[in-house]
Amino acid sequence: MAFHVPEDFYYTKDHEWAQVDENIVTVGITEFAQDQLGEVVYVDLPEEGQKVTQNQTFGVVESVKAVSDLFAPVSGTVIEVNSALIDDPSALNDDPNNEGWLVRIEMDSEKELANLMRSPDYKKLISEK
Amino acid sequence: MKNDIATETKKTPLYDEHVKLGARMVDFAGWIMPIQYEGLKEEHFYCRNHVGLFDVSHMGEIRVKGPKAVEALQWLTSNDVSVLDEGQAQYSLLPNKTGGLVDDIFVYCLQKNEDYLVCVNASNKDKDFNWMLENNKGADITDESSLWGQIAIQGPEALSLCDKIFAPIKVSALKRNQIVTGKFNGHSIMIATTGYTGEAGCEVFVAAPGTAELWRALLNSDPKAKAIGLGARDTLRTEMKYSLYGHEIDDKSNPYEATLGWAMKPNAKDFIGKTEILKVKEQGLKHKLIGLKMLERGIPRQGYELKNADGQKIGWITSGTHSPTLDEPIGIAYVDTAYATENSQFFVDIRGKMVKAHVVKTPFVNKT
Repeated sequence: MAFHVPEDFYYTKDHEWAQVDENIVTVGITEFAQDQLGEVVYVDLPEEGQKVTQNQTFGVVESVKAVSDLFAPVSGTVIEVNSALIDDPSALNDDPNNEGWLVRIEMDSEKELANLMRSPDYKKLISEK
Repeated sequence: MKNDIATETKKTPLYDEHVKLGARMVDFAGWIMPIQYEGLKEEHFYCRNHVGLFDVSHMGEIRVKGPKAVEALQWLTSNDVSVLDEGQAQYSLLPNKTGGLVDDIFVYCLQKNEDYLVCVNASNKDKDFNWMLENNKGADITDESSLWGQIAIQGPEALSLCDKIFAPIKVSALKRNQIVTGKFNGHSIMIATTGYTGEAGCEVFVAAPGTAELWRALLNSDPKAKAIGLGARDTLRTEMKYSLYGHEIDDKSNPYEATLGWAMKPNAKDFIGKTEILKVKEQGLKHKLIGLKMLERGIPRQGYELKNADGQKIGWITSGTHSPTLDEPIGIAYVDTAYATENSQFFVDIRGKMVKAHVVKTPFVNKT
Protein backbone atom coordinates (compact mmCIF):
# COMPACT_ATOMS: atom_id res chain seq x y z
CA MET A 1 0.00 0.00 0.00
CA ALA A 2 1.30 3.45 -0.82
CA PHE A 3 1.36 5.84 2.09
CA HIS A 4 1.68 9.58 1.75
CA VAL A 5 4.97 10.60 3.37
CA PRO A 6 5.31 14.41 3.14
CA GLU A 7 8.82 15.51 2.28
CA ASP A 8 8.89 18.49 4.64
CA PHE A 9 8.24 16.35 7.74
CA TYR A 10 10.74 14.71 10.05
CA TYR A 11 10.03 11.12 11.23
CA THR A 12 10.73 8.89 14.22
CA LYS A 13 11.34 5.14 14.02
CA ASP A 14 8.14 4.81 16.11
CA HIS A 15 6.10 6.32 13.25
CA GLU A 16 5.45 9.83 14.53
CA TRP A 17 5.91 12.76 12.18
CA ALA A 18 7.20 16.22 13.15
CA GLN A 19 6.62 19.37 11.15
CA VAL A 20 9.01 22.14 12.13
CA ASP A 21 8.12 25.82 11.91
CA GLU A 22 11.01 27.74 13.49
CA ASN A 23 11.00 26.47 17.09
CA ILE A 24 7.42 25.12 17.02
CA VAL A 25 7.03 21.43 16.19
CA THR A 26 3.66 19.93 15.25
CA VAL A 27 3.48 16.21 15.97
CA GLY A 28 1.28 13.43 14.62
CA ILE A 29 1.29 9.76 13.66
CA THR A 30 2.06 8.66 10.12
CA GLU A 31 -0.32 7.10 7.62
CA PHE A 32 1.60 3.87 8.04
CA ALA A 33 1.02 4.01 11.82
CA GLN A 34 -2.72 4.55 11.50
CA ASP A 35 -2.95 1.68 9.01
CA GLN A 36 -1.13 -0.64 11.41
CA LEU A 37 -3.28 0.43 14.36
CA GLY A 38 -6.65 0.11 12.72
CA GLU A 39 -9.48 2.28 13.96
CA VAL A 40 -8.33 4.49 16.83
CA VAL A 41 -10.94 4.53 19.62
CA TYR A 42 -9.09 6.31 22.43
CA VAL A 43 -6.41 8.98 22.78
CA ASP A 44 -4.54 10.13 25.85
CA LEU A 45 -2.69 13.43 25.35
CA PRO A 46 -0.59 15.63 27.67
CA GLU A 47 -1.77 18.94 29.14
CA GLU A 48 -0.58 22.25 27.78
CA GLY A 49 2.54 23.33 29.61
CA GLN A 50 3.76 19.77 30.15
CA LYS A 51 7.41 19.04 29.43
CA VAL A 52 8.22 16.24 27.04
CA THR A 53 11.54 14.55 26.29
CA GLN A 54 12.77 13.22 22.97
CA ASN A 55 12.05 9.48 22.58
CA GLN A 56 9.98 9.43 25.78
CA THR A 57 6.26 8.66 25.97
CA PHE A 58 3.95 11.67 25.93
CA GLY A 59 0.62 9.96 25.35
CA VAL A 60 -1.22 6.90 24.13
CA VAL A 61 -3.42 5.91 21.22
CA GLU A 62 -5.57 2.81 21.46
CA SER A 63 -7.29 0.81 18.77
CA VAL A 64 -9.78 -1.93 19.61
CA LYS A 65 -6.91 -4.38 19.65
CA ALA A 66 -3.91 -2.58 21.05
CA VAL A 67 -2.42 0.17 23.16
CA SER A 68 0.39 2.16 21.50
CA ASP A 69 2.62 4.67 23.19
CA LEU A 70 3.31 7.99 21.53
CA PHE A 71 6.95 9.08 21.59
CA ALA A 72 8.04 12.70 21.50
CA PRO A 73 10.15 13.50 18.43
CA VAL A 74 11.81 16.41 20.25
CA SER A 75 12.20 17.70 23.82
CA GLY A 76 10.30 20.81 24.84
CA THR A 77 7.04 22.18 26.21
CA VAL A 78 3.58 21.30 24.95
CA ILE A 79 1.95 24.56 23.90
CA GLU A 80 -1.17 23.24 22.16
CA VAL A 81 -3.17 20.01 22.20
CA ASN A 82 -5.62 18.81 19.54
CA SER A 83 -8.36 18.26 22.10
CA ALA A 84 -10.95 17.56 19.39
CA LEU A 85 -9.39 14.09 19.15
CA ILE A 86 -10.37 13.25 22.74
CA ASP A 87 -14.06 13.10 21.86
CA ASP A 88 -13.63 11.95 18.28
CA PRO A 89 -10.30 10.42 17.33
CA SER A 90 -11.45 9.55 13.79
CA ALA A 91 -9.17 12.21 12.24
CA LEU A 92 -6.23 10.06 13.31
CA ASN A 93 -7.36 7.48 10.76
CA ASP A 94 -8.91 9.77 8.16
CA ASP A 95 -6.27 12.49 7.96
CA PRO A 96 -3.28 11.70 10.20
CA ASN A 97 -0.93 14.10 8.39
CA ASN A 98 -3.17 17.15 8.84
CA GLU A 99 -6.34 17.22 10.90
CA GLY A 100 -5.15 14.33 13.04
CA TRP A 101 -2.20 16.28 14.50
CA LEU A 102 -1.71 15.53 18.20
CA VAL A 103 0.28 18.31 19.91
CA ARG A 104 2.45 21.33 19.23
CA ILE A 105 5.73 21.45 21.09
CA GLU A 106 8.00 24.41 21.65
CA MET A 107 11.32 22.66 21.19
CA ASP A 108 14.30 23.17 23.45
CA SER A 109 17.01 22.59 20.90
CA GLU A 110 16.86 22.14 17.18
CA LYS A 111 20.00 20.03 17.42
CA GLU A 112 17.73 17.10 18.30
CA LEU A 113 16.29 17.19 14.79
CA ALA A 114 19.50 15.49 13.69
CA ASN A 115 18.24 12.35 15.48
CA LEU A 116 15.14 12.18 13.25
CA MET A 117 14.64 10.70 9.79
CA ARG A 118 13.73 12.56 6.61
CA SER A 119 11.16 11.16 4.19
CA PRO A 120 13.46 8.98 2.00
CA ASP A 121 14.76 7.10 5.05
CA TYR A 122 11.31 6.79 6.56
CA LYS A 123 9.89 5.48 3.27
CA LYS A 124 12.65 2.91 3.26
CA LEU A 125 11.83 1.92 6.86
CA ILE A 126 8.16 1.25 6.16
CA SER A 127 8.84 -0.50 2.86
CA GLU A 128 10.87 -3.06 4.79
CA LYS A 129 7.94 -3.82 7.13
CA MET B 1 12.38 -34.26 26.24
CA LYS B 2 10.22 -31.16 25.75
CA ASN B 3 9.40 -29.81 22.34
CA ASP B 4 11.66 -26.81 22.80
CA ILE B 5 12.97 -27.11 19.28
CA ALA B 6 9.53 -26.62 17.74
CA THR B 7 10.07 -22.92 17.11
CA GLU B 8 9.24 -23.14 13.43
CA THR B 9 6.01 -21.33 12.60
CA LYS B 10 3.33 -23.65 11.29
CA LYS B 11 0.87 -22.93 8.49
CA THR B 12 -2.74 -24.10 8.42
CA PRO B 13 -4.17 -25.65 5.22
CA LEU B 14 -5.71 -22.20 4.58
CA TYR B 15 -2.50 -20.17 4.62
CA ASP B 16 -2.55 -19.49 0.85
CA GLU B 17 -6.23 -18.51 1.04
CA HIS B 18 -5.48 -15.90 3.71
CA VAL B 19 -2.64 -14.43 1.68
CA LYS B 20 -4.91 -14.31 -1.39
CA LEU B 21 -7.48 -12.38 0.64
CA GLY B 22 -4.82 -9.85 1.66
CA ALA B 23 -4.85 -10.81 5.34
CA ARG B 24 -2.36 -9.34 7.79
CA MET B 25 -0.61 -12.43 9.14
CA VAL B 26 0.83 -12.74 12.65
CA ASP B 27 2.48 -15.39 14.77
CA PHE B 28 -0.04 -16.91 17.18
CA ALA B 29 0.83 -19.87 19.42
CA GLY B 30 3.44 -21.03 16.93
CA TRP B 31 1.12 -20.65 13.94
CA ILE B 32 1.07 -17.98 11.29
CA MET B 33 -2.53 -16.78 11.40
CA PRO B 34 -4.66 -13.96 9.95
CA ILE B 35 -5.18 -11.20 12.51
CA GLN B 36 -7.44 -9.27 10.14
CA TYR B 37 -8.48 -8.97 6.50
CA GLU B 38 -10.46 -5.80 5.76
CA GLY B 39 -10.49 -4.46 9.28
CA LEU B 40 -11.31 -5.72 12.73
CA LYS B 41 -14.47 -3.69 13.21
CA GLU B 42 -15.94 -4.48 9.78
CA GLU B 43 -15.30 -8.17 10.38
CA HIS B 44 -16.79 -8.07 13.88
CA PHE B 45 -20.02 -6.54 12.56
CA TYR B 46 -20.16 -8.84 9.56
CA CYS B 47 -20.17 -11.81 11.91
CA ARG B 48 -22.78 -10.24 14.22
CA ASN B 49 -25.05 -9.27 11.30
CA HIS B 50 -24.38 -11.84 8.55
CA VAL B 51 -21.97 -14.78 8.58
CA GLY B 52 -18.26 -15.01 9.29
CA LEU B 53 -15.70 -17.71 8.56
CA PHE B 54 -12.85 -18.37 10.95
CA ASP B 55 -9.81 -20.50 10.23
CA VAL B 56 -9.46 -22.45 13.47
CA SER B 57 -7.35 -25.21 11.95
CA HIS B 58 -4.65 -24.44 14.51
CA MET B 59 -6.86 -25.91 17.25
CA GLY B 60 -5.84 -29.41 18.38
CA GLU B 61 -7.90 -32.57 17.87
CA ILE B 62 -7.17 -35.47 20.21
CA ARG B 63 -9.01 -38.74 19.66
CA VAL B 64 -9.86 -40.94 22.65
CA LYS B 65 -11.03 -44.41 21.68
CA GLY B 66 -11.55 -47.92 22.97
CA PRO B 67 -13.46 -49.66 25.76
CA LYS B 68 -11.58 -47.56 28.36
CA ALA B 69 -12.34 -44.23 26.65
CA VAL B 70 -15.02 -43.12 29.11
CA GLU B 71 -13.05 -44.20 32.14
CA ALA B 72 -10.04 -42.20 30.93
CA LEU B 73 -12.08 -39.09 30.06
CA GLN B 74 -13.96 -39.21 33.37
CA TRP B 75 -10.62 -39.14 35.19
CA LEU B 76 -9.06 -36.46 32.95
CA THR B 77 -11.97 -34.03 32.61
CA SER B 78 -14.25 -32.16 35.02
CA ASN B 79 -17.59 -32.59 33.23
CA ASP B 80 -19.59 -35.83 33.14
CA VAL B 81 -18.77 -37.63 29.89
CA SER B 82 -21.14 -40.50 30.72
CA VAL B 83 -24.21 -38.36 29.98
CA LEU B 84 -23.14 -37.81 26.36
CA ASP B 85 -24.93 -39.88 23.76
CA GLU B 86 -23.64 -40.29 20.25
CA GLY B 87 -23.66 -36.93 18.47
CA GLN B 88 -23.57 -34.83 21.65
CA ALA B 89 -20.87 -32.49 22.89
CA GLN B 90 -19.96 -30.73 26.11
CA TYR B 91 -17.64 -27.96 27.27
CA SER B 92 -15.21 -29.28 29.85
CA LEU B 93 -11.95 -28.66 31.68
CA LEU B 94 -8.67 -30.52 32.07
CA PRO B 95 -7.77 -29.83 35.72
CA ASN B 96 -4.21 -30.29 36.98
CA LYS B 97 -3.23 -31.93 40.27
CA THR B 98 -3.03 -28.66 42.21
CA GLY B 99 -6.56 -27.52 41.41
CA GLY B 100 -5.66 -25.30 38.45
CA LEU B 101 -6.33 -25.91 34.76
CA VAL B 102 -4.26 -27.55 32.06
CA ASP B 103 -6.77 -26.32 29.46
CA ASP B 104 -10.43 -25.83 28.63
CA ILE B 105 -11.76 -28.19 26.00
CA PHE B 106 -14.74 -29.52 24.09
CA VAL B 107 -15.56 -33.23 24.23
CA TYR B 108 -17.54 -34.72 21.34
CA CYS B 109 -19.12 -38.16 21.52
CA LEU B 110 -18.75 -39.87 18.13
CA GLN B 111 -19.72 -43.33 19.37
CA LYS B 112 -20.96 -43.85 22.90
CA ASN B 113 -18.47 -45.59 25.21
CA GLU B 114 -16.09 -46.10 22.26
CA ASP B 115 -15.02 -43.00 20.36
CA TYR B 116 -14.59 -39.39 21.52
CA LEU B 117 -13.00 -36.32 20.01
CA VAL B 118 -11.41 -33.71 22.27
CA CYS B 119 -10.83 -30.26 20.80
CA VAL B 120 -8.12 -28.28 22.60
CA ASN B 121 -6.46 -24.88 22.38
CA ALA B 122 -3.67 -24.54 19.83
CA SER B 123 -1.31 -23.02 22.38
CA ASN B 124 -1.80 -26.00 24.73
CA LYS B 125 -2.04 -28.91 22.30
CA ASP B 126 1.30 -30.62 22.97
CA LYS B 127 0.98 -30.02 26.70
CA ASP B 128 -2.57 -31.43 26.73
CA PHE B 129 -1.68 -34.48 24.66
CA ASN B 130 1.29 -35.34 26.91
CA TRP B 131 -0.85 -34.74 29.99
CA MET B 132 -3.58 -37.04 28.72
CA LEU B 133 -1.05 -39.78 27.92
CA GLU B 134 0.61 -39.46 31.34
CA ASN B 135 -2.74 -39.69 33.13
CA ASN B 136 -4.41 -42.14 30.78
CA LYS B 137 -6.57 -44.96 32.15
CA GLY B 138 -6.10 -47.40 29.32
CA ALA B 139 -7.76 -45.57 26.44
CA ASP B 140 -6.31 -45.35 22.96
CA ILE B 141 -5.30 -41.67 22.78
CA THR B 142 -3.93 -40.21 19.54
CA ASP B 143 -3.09 -36.72 18.35
CA GLU B 144 -5.05 -36.20 15.11
CA SER B 145 -4.36 -32.47 14.88
CA SER B 146 -2.46 -32.66 11.61
CA LEU B 147 -5.25 -34.66 9.97
CA TRP B 148 -7.94 -32.03 10.45
CA GLY B 149 -8.55 -28.52 9.25
CA GLN B 150 -11.24 -26.61 11.10
CA ILE B 151 -13.51 -23.80 9.97
CA ALA B 152 -15.94 -21.98 12.25
CA ILE B 153 -19.04 -20.61 10.52
CA GLN B 154 -20.79 -18.11 12.77
CA GLY B 155 -23.51 -15.49 12.50
CA PRO B 156 -27.26 -15.11 11.96
CA GLU B 157 -26.95 -16.35 8.35
CA ALA B 158 -24.59 -19.22 9.22
CA LEU B 159 -27.17 -22.00 9.39
CA SER B 160 -28.85 -21.24 6.07
CA LEU B 161 -25.40 -21.14 4.45
CA CYS B 162 -24.48 -24.48 6.04
CA ASP B 163 -27.75 -26.13 4.98
CA LYS B 164 -26.86 -25.24 1.40
CA ILE B 165 -23.19 -26.25 1.50
CA PHE B 166 -23.61 -29.44 3.50
CA ALA B 167 -26.91 -30.69 1.99
CA PRO B 168 -28.43 -33.20 2.58
CA ILE B 169 -27.25 -32.61 6.19
CA LYS B 170 -29.65 -30.10 7.73
CA VAL B 171 -27.42 -28.18 10.11
CA SER B 172 -30.26 -25.82 11.08
CA ALA B 173 -32.19 -28.77 12.51
CA LEU B 174 -29.45 -29.59 15.02
CA LYS B 175 -29.60 -28.41 18.60
CA ARG B 176 -26.70 -26.56 20.20
CA ASN B 177 -23.66 -28.75 21.15
CA GLN B 178 -24.29 -31.56 18.70
CA ILE B 179 -21.99 -33.19 16.17
CA VAL B 180 -22.72 -35.07 12.94
CA THR B 181 -20.32 -36.73 10.54
CA GLY B 182 -20.56 -36.62 6.77
CA LYS B 183 -18.75 -35.82 3.55
CA PHE B 184 -18.00 -32.66 1.62
CA ASN B 185 -16.88 -33.33 -1.98
CA GLY B 186 -15.60 -36.70 -0.79
CA HIS B 187 -13.69 -35.28 2.19
CA SER B 188 -14.61 -36.44 5.69
CA ILE B 189 -16.27 -33.75 7.79
CA MET B 190 -17.66 -33.46 11.29
CA ILE B 191 -20.09 -30.60 11.86
CA ALA B 192 -20.38 -29.42 15.46
CA THR B 193 -22.96 -26.86 16.51
CA THR B 194 -20.57 -25.04 18.80
CA GLY B 195 -18.85 -21.69 18.59
CA TYR B 196 -16.98 -18.90 20.27
CA THR B 197 -18.93 -15.83 19.20
CA GLY B 198 -22.38 -16.17 20.79
CA GLU B 199 -23.91 -16.38 17.30
CA ALA B 200 -25.72 -19.30 15.74
CA GLY B 201 -23.53 -21.54 13.64
CA CYS B 202 -21.12 -24.40 13.74
CA GLU B 203 -17.51 -25.47 13.73
CA VAL B 204 -16.59 -27.91 11.00
CA PHE B 205 -13.72 -30.36 11.23
CA VAL B 206 -12.66 -31.22 7.71
CA ALA B 207 -10.00 -33.64 6.50
CA ALA B 208 -6.95 -31.41 6.01
CA PRO B 209 -6.68 -31.84 2.21
CA GLY B 210 -10.30 -30.64 1.79
CA THR B 211 -10.06 -27.56 3.98
CA ALA B 212 -9.26 -25.01 1.27
CA GLU B 213 -11.96 -26.42 -1.01
CA LEU B 214 -14.58 -26.04 1.73
CA TRP B 215 -13.32 -22.55 2.61
CA ARG B 216 -13.69 -21.38 -1.00
CA ALA B 217 -17.14 -22.95 -1.33
CA LEU B 218 -18.29 -21.09 1.80
CA LEU B 219 -16.83 -17.78 0.60
CA ASN B 220 -18.43 -18.03 -2.83
CA SER B 221 -21.94 -18.96 -1.78
CA ASP B 222 -25.11 -17.04 -1.08
CA PRO B 223 -25.61 -15.86 1.68
CA LYS B 224 -22.15 -14.45 1.30
CA ALA B 225 -19.69 -15.34 4.03
CA LYS B 226 -16.63 -13.25 4.82
CA ALA B 227 -13.36 -14.25 6.44
CA ILE B 228 -12.88 -13.05 10.02
CA GLY B 229 -9.45 -12.68 11.63
CA LEU B 230 -8.20 -13.43 15.12
CA GLY B 231 -8.68 -9.77 16.11
CA ALA B 232 -12.45 -9.89 15.72
CA ARG B 233 -12.55 -13.43 17.09
CA ASP B 234 -11.22 -11.96 20.32
CA THR B 235 -13.66 -9.01 20.49
CA LEU B 236 -16.58 -11.32 19.69
CA ARG B 237 -15.70 -13.76 22.48
CA THR B 238 -14.94 -10.95 24.94
CA GLU B 239 -18.43 -9.49 24.36
CA MET B 240 -19.80 -12.90 25.44
CA LYS B 241 -17.38 -13.17 28.41
CA TYR B 242 -16.11 -16.49 27.07
CA SER B 243 -12.87 -17.59 28.71
CA LEU B 244 -9.61 -17.68 26.80
CA TYR B 245 -6.78 -19.77 28.19
CA GLY B 246 -3.91 -17.51 29.20
CA HIS B 247 -6.36 -14.70 29.98
CA GLU B 248 -9.30 -15.79 32.15
CA ILE B 249 -7.89 -19.20 33.05
CA ASP B 250 -4.46 -20.74 33.51
CA ASP B 251 -2.68 -23.41 35.57
CA LYS B 252 -3.61 -21.57 38.81
CA SER B 253 -7.28 -20.83 38.11
CA ASN B 254 -10.00 -22.35 40.24
CA PRO B 255 -12.99 -23.26 38.02
CA TYR B 256 -15.48 -21.87 40.54
CA GLU B 257 -13.66 -18.55 40.75
CA ALA B 258 -13.60 -18.54 36.95
CA THR B 259 -17.43 -18.99 37.04
CA LEU B 260 -17.06 -22.33 35.24
CA GLY B 261 -18.69 -24.34 38.03
CA TRP B 262 -21.33 -25.47 35.51
CA ALA B 263 -18.62 -27.54 33.77
CA MET B 264 -17.80 -29.30 37.08
CA LYS B 265 -19.57 -32.54 38.03
CA PRO B 266 -17.87 -33.52 41.30
CA ASN B 267 -20.90 -35.49 42.53
CA ALA B 268 -20.95 -37.67 39.44
CA LYS B 269 -17.40 -39.02 39.59
CA ASP B 270 -13.83 -38.67 40.75
CA PHE B 271 -11.31 -36.76 38.59
CA ILE B 272 -7.83 -35.23 38.69
CA GLY B 273 -7.65 -32.19 40.98
CA LYS B 274 -11.19 -32.61 42.32
CA THR B 275 -10.19 -32.55 46.00
CA GLU B 276 -7.96 -29.50 45.52
CA ILE B 277 -10.60 -27.61 43.55
CA LEU B 278 -13.36 -28.34 46.06
CA LYS B 279 -11.12 -27.38 48.98
CA VAL B 280 -10.81 -23.84 47.60
CA LYS B 281 -14.59 -23.68 47.20
CA GLU B 282 -15.25 -24.94 50.74
CA GLN B 283 -12.79 -22.46 52.24
CA GLY B 284 -14.68 -19.68 50.46
CA LEU B 285 -13.81 -18.27 47.06
CA LYS B 286 -11.41 -15.32 47.19
CA HIS B 287 -12.03 -13.97 43.72
CA LYS B 288 -14.72 -14.06 41.12
CA LEU B 289 -14.53 -13.48 37.39
CA ILE B 290 -16.82 -10.56 36.52
CA GLY B 291 -17.61 -8.23 33.65
CA LEU B 292 -16.99 -4.51 34.07
CA LYS B 293 -17.65 -1.25 32.33
CA MET B 294 -15.88 2.06 32.81
CA LEU B 295 -17.60 4.99 34.53
CA GLU B 296 -14.81 7.33 33.39
CA ARG B 297 -12.68 7.57 30.23
CA GLY B 298 -10.30 4.69 29.57
CA ILE B 299 -9.99 1.20 28.14
CA PRO B 300 -9.26 -1.71 30.49
CA ARG B 301 -6.54 -4.05 29.24
CA GLN B 302 -5.17 -7.41 30.37
CA GLY B 303 -2.87 -7.05 33.39
CA TYR B 304 -4.19 -3.71 34.66
CA GLU B 305 -4.85 -3.79 38.42
CA LEU B 306 -8.17 -3.08 40.14
CA LYS B 307 -7.97 -0.97 43.27
CA ASN B 308 -10.36 0.13 45.99
CA ALA B 309 -10.75 3.69 47.26
CA ASP B 310 -7.83 3.10 49.67
CA GLY B 311 -5.55 2.17 46.77
CA GLN B 312 -5.36 -1.52 47.73
CA LYS B 313 -5.22 -4.07 44.95
CA ILE B 314 -8.51 -5.96 44.79
CA GLY B 315 -8.23 -7.65 41.40
CA TRP B 316 -6.87 -7.61 37.88
CA ILE B 317 -8.10 -7.39 34.31
CA THR B 318 -7.92 -10.61 32.28
CA SER B 319 -9.27 -9.23 28.97
CA GLY B 320 -10.33 -5.79 27.88
CA THR B 321 -11.19 -4.00 24.71
CA HIS B 322 -13.38 -1.41 23.11
CA SER B 323 -16.55 -3.36 22.31
CA PRO B 324 -17.43 -2.77 18.66
CA THR B 325 -21.08 -3.75 19.22
CA LEU B 326 -21.62 -1.49 22.24
CA ASP B 327 -19.10 1.15 21.13
CA GLU B 328 -17.73 1.42 24.65
CA PRO B 329 -14.93 -0.16 26.68
CA ILE B 330 -15.60 -3.52 28.38
CA GLY B 331 -13.44 -5.68 30.59
CA ILE B 332 -13.30 -9.11 32.20
CA ALA B 333 -11.59 -9.23 35.57
CA TYR B 334 -10.98 -11.21 38.72
CA VAL B 335 -12.11 -9.20 41.71
CA ASP B 336 -12.24 -9.92 45.46
CA THR B 337 -15.64 -11.51 46.11
CA ALA B 338 -16.61 -8.55 48.32
CA TYR B 339 -16.62 -6.39 45.17
CA ALA B 340 -18.15 -8.93 42.78
CA THR B 341 -21.83 -7.92 42.96
CA GLU B 342 -23.50 -5.98 40.19
CA ASN B 343 -22.86 -2.19 40.27
CA SER B 344 -20.05 -2.64 42.79
CA GLN B 345 -17.54 0.18 42.16
CA PHE B 346 -13.75 0.29 42.15
CA PHE B 347 -10.91 1.76 40.11
CA VAL B 348 -8.86 0.43 37.21
CA ASP B 349 -5.24 1.53 37.41
CA ILE B 350 -4.63 2.71 33.84
CA ARG B 351 -0.98 3.76 33.52
CA GLY B 352 -1.08 5.13 37.07
CA LYS B 353 -4.39 6.91 36.69
CA MET B 354 -7.31 5.68 38.86
CA VAL B 355 -10.28 5.33 36.52
CA LYS B 356 -13.69 4.45 37.98
CA ALA B 357 -15.43 1.25 36.85
CA HIS B 358 -18.26 -1.00 38.01
CA VAL B 359 -19.49 -4.57 37.73
CA VAL B 360 -22.12 -5.25 35.06
CA LYS B 361 -24.25 -8.21 33.99
CA THR B 362 -22.74 -10.52 31.38
CA PRO B 363 -22.70 -11.44 28.57
CA PHE B 364 -22.09 -7.83 27.60
CA VAL B 365 -24.03 -8.43 24.40
CA ASN B 366 -27.27 -10.37 24.56
CA LYS B 367 -27.66 -12.93 21.80
CA THR B 368 -30.76 -14.85 22.92
